[in-house]
Amino acid sequence: MKKTYKIDVDCANCANKMESAAQNTAGVKSAVVNFMALKMVVEFDEGADPKAVMQEVRRNCKRVEDDCEVYL
Amino acid sequence: MKGTVVVRRKQKIMLARILAAAAMLVVLNFIPATGWLRFVLYMAPYLTVGYDILIKALKGIRNRQVFDENFLMAIATVGAIGLALYERSGDYLEAVAVMLFYQIGEWFQSYAVGKSRRNISELMDIRPDYANVERDGRLERVDPDEVEVGGVIVVQPGEKVPIDGKVVQGESTLNTAALTGESLPREVRVGDEIISGCINMTGVLKIETTKEFGESTVSKILDLVENASSRKSKSEDFISKFARVYTPAVCIAALALALLPPVVRMLFLGAPAQWGTWIYRALTFLVISCPCALVISIPLSFFAGIGGASNAGVLVKGSNYLETLSQTKIVVFDKTGTLTQGVFEVSGIHHSEMENAKLLEYAALAESASSHPISKSLRKAYGREIDRSRVSDIREISGNGVVAKVDGREVAVGNDKLMNQLNVPFIPCHSTGTIIHMAIDGQYAGHIVISDVLKPTAQTAVQSLKASGMRRTVMLTGDAKKVADQVGAELGIDEIHSELLPADKVAKVEEILSAKPEREKLAFVGDGINDAPVLRRADIGIAMGALGSDAAIEAADVVLMDDDPLKIAKAIRISRKCLRIVYQNIVFAIGVKLICLALGALGIANMWLAIFADVGVMVIAVLNAIRALFVKNL
Repeated sequence: MKKTYKIDVDCANCANKMESAAQNTAGVKSAVVNFMALKMVVEFDEGADPKAVMQEVRRNCKRVEDDCEVYL
Repeated sequence: MKGTVVVRRKQKIMLARILAAAAMLVVLNFIPATGWLRFVLYMAPYLTVGYDILIKALKGIRNRQVFDENFLMAIATVGAIGLALYERSGDYLEAVAVMLFYQIGEWFQSYAVGKSRRNISELMDIRPDYANVERDGRLERVDPDEVEVGGVIVVQPGEKVPIDGKVVQGESTLNTAALTGESLPREVRVGDEIISGCINMTGVLKIETTKEFGESTVSKILDLVENASSRKSKSEDFISKFARVYTPAVCIAALALALLPPVVRMLFLGAPAQWGTWIYRALTFLVISCPCALVISIPLSFFAGIGGASNAGVLVKGSNYLETLSQTKIVVFDKTGTLTQGVFEVSGIHHSEMENAKLLEYAALAESASSHPISKSLRKAYGREIDRSRVSDIREISGNGVVAKVDGREVAVGNDKLMNQLNVPFIPCHSTGTIIHMAIDGQYAGHIVISDVLKPTAQTAVQSLKASGMRRTVMLTGDAKKVADQVGAELGIDEIHSELLPADKVAKVEEILSAKPEREKLAFVGDGINDAPVLRRADIGIAMGALGSDAAIEAADVVLMDDDPLKIAKAIRISRKCLRIVYQNIVFAIGVKLICLALGALGIANMWLAIFADVGVMVIAVLNAIRALFVKNL
């Protein structure tokens, strides 16, 4: 399953950091951050609960880039 | 747009902090405070402008993301303040200035990105928010997701077509600029297919939907645009690897610069250690070495390049493809549908024993029952309503043609074989294309030539590719050799391979791939219909005319939204501009930094030069990166 989330981030490099943080979250199959559109497209693993996974994604993103936001 | 508002508010707050700190610095310049009072006074602008950097640096250490630019800035400024305290020089200005200018640079970057982002989103803003559905004689706005296939929606002038469908009522002009980058309006009337994402300009349209919203063109395209950037280019990989090694390396180098020379001086030279001087140099070194210019501008260039390309109707699926595209030296074309329109038209009538129009009329009538593309093009060329009552006794002779009675006369329409079969002597044709011979009442009546028509821009497209430095152009086609050679010669294509089956095309591309040098990339351009395997096999697959072909969107790396082959050269030029900017930024940023680092280590550079090397270079690199967005005149 794929879902798109709105995000907020200031610099292109931070967007890339968020992307890899999201990709390394358990339950995430793949994650793509589009910096120009301020969107994150997350594909979840089979059977993962998107809500719970996204909480974790958000926490991981905050860890690598304090100044970012994922709107859930 | 929640995100944009937050960004704008954040920018405003930051600007206020920057201005406040700058004003404080100006005032402090006139206050002759000394000692601790001076320290406290200077801390006010420092903390005003830089408190968040200090917090971020601390958080970074806690989260084990130590070596980022926040950390560098925090260490450099705190170090400079500590040094000023230790030496009792009272020179806090430089530390505050470093923080101030760093924040100005960040603010500028965020502002510039926001501006260009709005630039793109306005043009790519094709997402329809609602669909109008008629209920009890009144229009009601519903979520496009809720409209079922076969439902009827109403699109008023000025609104976007939300879902693919067929016009059932009304007539209008559509603006497809958001989809194709071309502002050529398209006329639609009852019965026409209509694709979502176009803007209805003039009349009210009733549309019967043929797809769900999620399957409609507009959703597919948005998905594609938003999913771009999933694959990183080599340059981006290089920079992120570089940054990972680089930042710790500079920190260690700075530490060495602060410790080693004083120790060596003390122990071996017997000279005074000059701790202050060397620590100052080390701090300068740290500020200079901040990698922001690179880590920000390189990904930004690719984002901007992909964004600019999509404005021009060229969708690139990732920055790696933009990179490959820029190295393309060999272009392989599919013929039908790519260079030609893929529709067959009557291009000549020869040796006719009667009026040309009359001959065409007989042909169209005789072929009226057939669904073969050739029959369709004959009927299209005839152009008038077919009166089926004039035709009788239709006999289709498979693979050869048709014999029928039209107005009581025996009409035979078909190829050489049919004429031979009927023992009618015919005049062979020298033109290329499909030749349709006609015999009426057993007498030869002339022939009609039907051929695929070249796209109007095909020739210019090949020329402009060559002008852009393509070393080799190749055309692959399943068509007959005679037709292929003529088309190839007309367009000026270097190499033509004809009479190929789809599998032969893959083999041919593989053959070219293995013969070329590694650095020269091969692009295959097709219309996505039955050439998906070739699109995948090439270094870079370019699909044309995405409006309609799902297979193309799937298989290709670059998708041209409209059918215009001129866009191929444009796409390559866009990619080259983007990559040129990337290399400029890498060379410029690293170059300036290396020079300043050397100067800093020797003690020639002071903190002010360091600020330029950091913030100045970043601002210039960001401005340069944003240039990748502007592709109109390429």
